[in-house]
Amino acid sequence: MTSTVRDQLMPTPPSKPTTAHPLEPPPWTDEFGTELDRLRAEIVAGRGARDARYIHRVIAVQRGLEAGGRIALSVSLLPPAWLAGTAMLTTAKVLENMELGHNILHGQWDWMGDPAVHSTTWEWDFLTPADAWKHTHNHLHHTYTNVVGRDRDLGYTILRMSPEQPWRPVYLLQPLYAALLAPVFEWGIALYDLEADAVTAGRKSVRSLFGEIGRLFRKGVRQAAKDYVLFPLLAGPSALPCLLGNLTANVLRNVWAHTVIFCGHFPGDVRTFSEADIEGETRGQWYLRQIQGSADFEGGFLLHVLSGNLGHQIEHHVFPDLPSSRYAELAPRVRSLCAEYGVPYATGPLWRQYASMWGRVVRYAVPG
Amino acid sequence: MPAFSPHPPSPPWGLPGRVGRRLLSVLGTLTAPLTTPLSPDDYLGLVDPLLCARHPAGVVTAVRPETADAATLVIRPGLGWRGGHRAGQFLPVGVELDGVRHWRTYSLTSAADAPGREVTITVKADPRGKVSPHLVHRTPPGTLLRLGPAQGEFVLPAPGATPDRLLFVTAGSGVTPVMGMLRTLVRRPGPGPDVVLLHSAPAPDECLFHAELGHLAHEVPWLRLHLRYTRTAGRITGRDIDLLCPDWRSRETWACGPEGLLDVLREHGEAGRPRAERPAGEHPGGAEGPCVRRLHVERFRLAAPAALPSATPLGPVAANDGAGGRVRFARSGVEVESAASVPLLEAGERAGLPMPYGCRRGICFGCLVPLVSGRVRDLRTGEVRDGDGELIQTCVQSAAGPVVLDR
Ligand SMILES: Cc1cc2nc3c(=O)[nH]c(=O)nc-3n(C[C@H](O)[C@H](O)[C@H](O)COP(=O)(O)OP(=O)(O)OC[C@H]3O[C@@H](n4cnc5c(N)ncnc54)[C@H](O)[C@@H]3O)c2cc1C
Ligand code: FES
Repeated sequence: MTSTVRDQLMPTPPSKPTTAHPLEPPPWTDEFGTELDRLRAEIVAGRGARDARYIHRVIAVQRGLEAGGRIALSVSLLPPAWLAGTAMLTTAKVLENMELGHNILHGQWDWMGDPAVHSTTWEWDFLTPADAWKHTHNHLHHTYTNVVGRDRDLGYTILRMSPEQPWRPVYLLQPLYAALLAPVFEWGIALYDLEADAVTAGRKSVRSLFGEIGRLFRKGVRQAAKDYVLFPLLAGPSALPCLLGNLTANVLRNVWAHTVIFCGHFPGDVRTFSEADIEGETRGQWYLRQIQGSADFEGGFLLHVLSGNLGHQIEHHVFPDLPSSRYAELAPRVRSLCAEYGVPYATGPLWRQYASMWGRVVRYAVPG
Repeated sequence: MPAFSPHPPSPPWGLPGRVGRRLLSVLGTLTAPLTTPLSPDDYLGLVDPLLCARHPAGVVTAVRPETADAATLVIRPGLGWRGGHRAGQFLPVGVELDGVRHWRTYSLTSAADAPGREVTITVKADPRGKVSPHLVHRTPPGTLLRLGPAQGEFVLPAPGATPDRLLFVTAGSGVTPVMGMLRTLVRRPGPGPDVVLLHSAPAPDECLFHAELGHLAHEVPWLRLHLRYTRTAGRITGRDIDLLCPDWRSRETWACGPEGLLDVLREHGEAGRPRAERPAGEHPGGAEGPCVRRLHVERFRLAAPAALPSATPLGPVAANDGAGGRVRFARSGVEVESAASVPLLEAGERAGLPMPYGCRRGICFGCLVPLVSGRVRDLRTGEVRDGDGELIQTCVQSAAGPVVLDR
C-alpha cells in the first residue's frame, strides 16, 4: 500500500505517446526506464534498520551540535568559545537544512512509519514554511525539472539561465544579484515560495497569497526571535557576540545552501527543455530529462552529508524519495547505466561545477 | 505469580507521573521559543525517549514466559503515556522491526487500578505473524516500545455499576482482557460479584495463566472456573454452556475468542430465549446482538480476511472497478488522490492530518469519521456503497470515486 501512495506522489507523467515530439526519443528509452525502475525496487526492498540508524544518528549529531553551539555562544565573550560555538551552530544548521530538512520533507524517510521523522510533520529551521516549500519544490520543480516556462526553479524567476528565456536588460545585473542572493538565500526562497507571479498569472488567488504571507510572517517572527533576540538576551554580557555568531551561522548556511543548490541544475553542461519536450512524456523519457537536467559534484562522505547528498543531484532527481543514505551507492550504478546507453552524465569536482555555474550566469546576462 | 500483590511502584526519574508531567510541560512552554521549529520535547526524547510527551513510549522491564509460545511483557510507560486504563481495554503498541514501526493492539492484563505505573500485556506468538513472535521470543528487557492511549469499550463496569452476576466466555489468547478484569475485581474491596469463567485452551500446558487461574478459583469464593481442553474434549457447544452455567442467558456476558465461539453464544443464546426479552441494539463496538442479556464481544482478528478489492467480487458499481478516487478532508481543506487499496485512514495520515484510530483493522471503531459524500469500498469484503452522512471506519474503507470526509 505504501508504494502505491508513494508512486502517486511521484510525478508520474501520462504514458500517452505523441507524434508531435520535436526530438524523437531514442528507441531504448523504455528499456532504460525499466533498468532504473529495477534499481529503485532493489533499494526499496533493502531499506531497513541500517538506514533507520543512520538518520537517527544524523538527527542526534545535529541536535547535539546545535545545543553545544548555543551553549558555547552563551559565553562567547571568550573568542575561542565564539569560534567553537559559531562553527558548531553553522554545522548544525547546514545539517538541519540539507541532510535532514530537505530529505525528510521529500518523504525519503516516511517508510519508517515514525511520526517524528515524517514529511507530513517535519518543520525546518529555514524561513520558508515546510508546506510552502514542499509545494514549489517537490511538486513543481521535481515534476517540471528544467522545463523553460514550467520549472520556476530554473533561475528562480529572476535569473536567465538558458537561451530560450527571452532576454531583458535587467538580466545585465544578474551576476550581481545572484551573488547578493547567496547570503540571504532563505529570504529569497521564502519570497519565491509565495509564488506572487502565480497570482499575476491568475493561477493562484490573492486570498491564498495573503494566507501564506501570514504563515510566513509568523514563522519569520519565531525564527528571528530565537536567533536575534532570545539567545542573545540569555547570553547576558555575551549578547552581542552571541547575536553575531547566530547571524554568521545563518549567513554561512545560506551561502552553502545556495552553492549546493545552484550546482545541482545550473552548471554549463546541464540541458533545458521546452514544454513541447514533455508533452506525453513516458516514464523513461521523464528519467532521461531528470538525468540531463541535473548535475552531480564529487566529494568525500563528509562533503556529501553536509550537502544533504545533493552532490548526487542526478540520483536524487531520478529517485527523489529514496533515502539519501543510498545515493552514494546508487551513483556509480546510475552512471554506468548512462555510459552503457550513451546518456550524458554531468559531474565534476565541486569547484568546477561552481565555476561553470557562474560562467552560465554571466553568459546569459547578455543577449543570445 | 501472585497477581493480586501490588506492582512495585517505579515512577520514572523518581517523580510521580503526574508531577513529572506537569513539571515538564511548564518547562516545555518556557523553552519552546528557543527550540523552534522543534519542540523541547524533541530534545528530551533524544536524551530519554521515556520523557517524550508527543510520542509516548514505554520500556519493557521484564518478560515472563507464560507457555511455550506466549509471554507477558511488563512495561513501564514513560511520562508521555496517560495512565489509568479501564479493565479490559487494549493498548496500541508500536514495535520497530528492521527500521519500520508496526502497530498492534494487546489487551492490558494488569489490574486497572494497581499502584505504580507498570502495566502488562500478554502476547501469544502467531507463528506466521510479523510482530507477535518478535514480542514473545526476541524482546529482551530494556526494549523500547511506542505506546498509544489505552482504549476500547470491552470493559468491566465501574464498581458501582458492575452487575451481580457475570459470565466470561473466552478461548485461547482471548482470555487476556478478562484476566485484566479478574485481577481488577480481586483488588476491589468487599464481596465480589458472582463470576463464572468458561475458558477453552488446546491443552493445560498451552493454557494462558493456567496456574494463576487455578489459584484464583481456589482462593476466591465468588469465582467459578471451567477450563475446557479442546484437544481432548472438543470445542464448547451451546449445550455445554447450558450445563455448566444454566442461568447464562440472564448474566451480563463478556466473550472474547474466535468467531466460532462467538457464533455459539449468539445462536444458542437466541434460541433459548423469548423474543420480547431482547433489548434493542447497542453500541457497535462494545456490545453486540440482541440475544443474551447484554453480550459484550471482542475480536482479535477480522471476521473476514482483509482482502484487496481486486481479489474479491465487487459490489454494485462495476464501472468503478478497482479505482480509487480523490479524497477531500472538508474541515482541513486537504485533498489527496488515493488508490483503491489504501484505507482512508492511511490517506489522511499521509496527507499530514491527525486521524483518530485504534486497532487499525476494523475491530474497535476508534477510527470513525463522518462521510459527507461519495462512495467507499469495504476492504474486507470489496463491497462498494455510498453512505452519505454515515460514520465510516476509515481503517478498512477506501475511496471508490471522489470522497468527502468531515475531517
Ligand atoms: C482489540 C484487540 C486486542 C488484542 N489483544 C491481544 C492480546 O492480548 N494478546 C495477543 O496475543 N493478541 C492480541 N491481539 C491480536 C494482536 O493485535 C495481533 O493481531 C496478533 O499478535 C498478530 O500480530 P502479528 O503481527 O504477529 O501477525 P500479522 O503479521 O498481523 O498476521 C496475522 C495473521 O494474518 C496472516 N497474514 C498476514 N499477512 C497475510 C497475507 N498477506 N495473506 C494471508 N495471510 C496473512 C498471518 O499468517 C497471521 O496468521 C489483539 C487484537 C485486538 C484487535
Ligand atoms: S481503527 Fe479500529 S476499527 Fe478502525
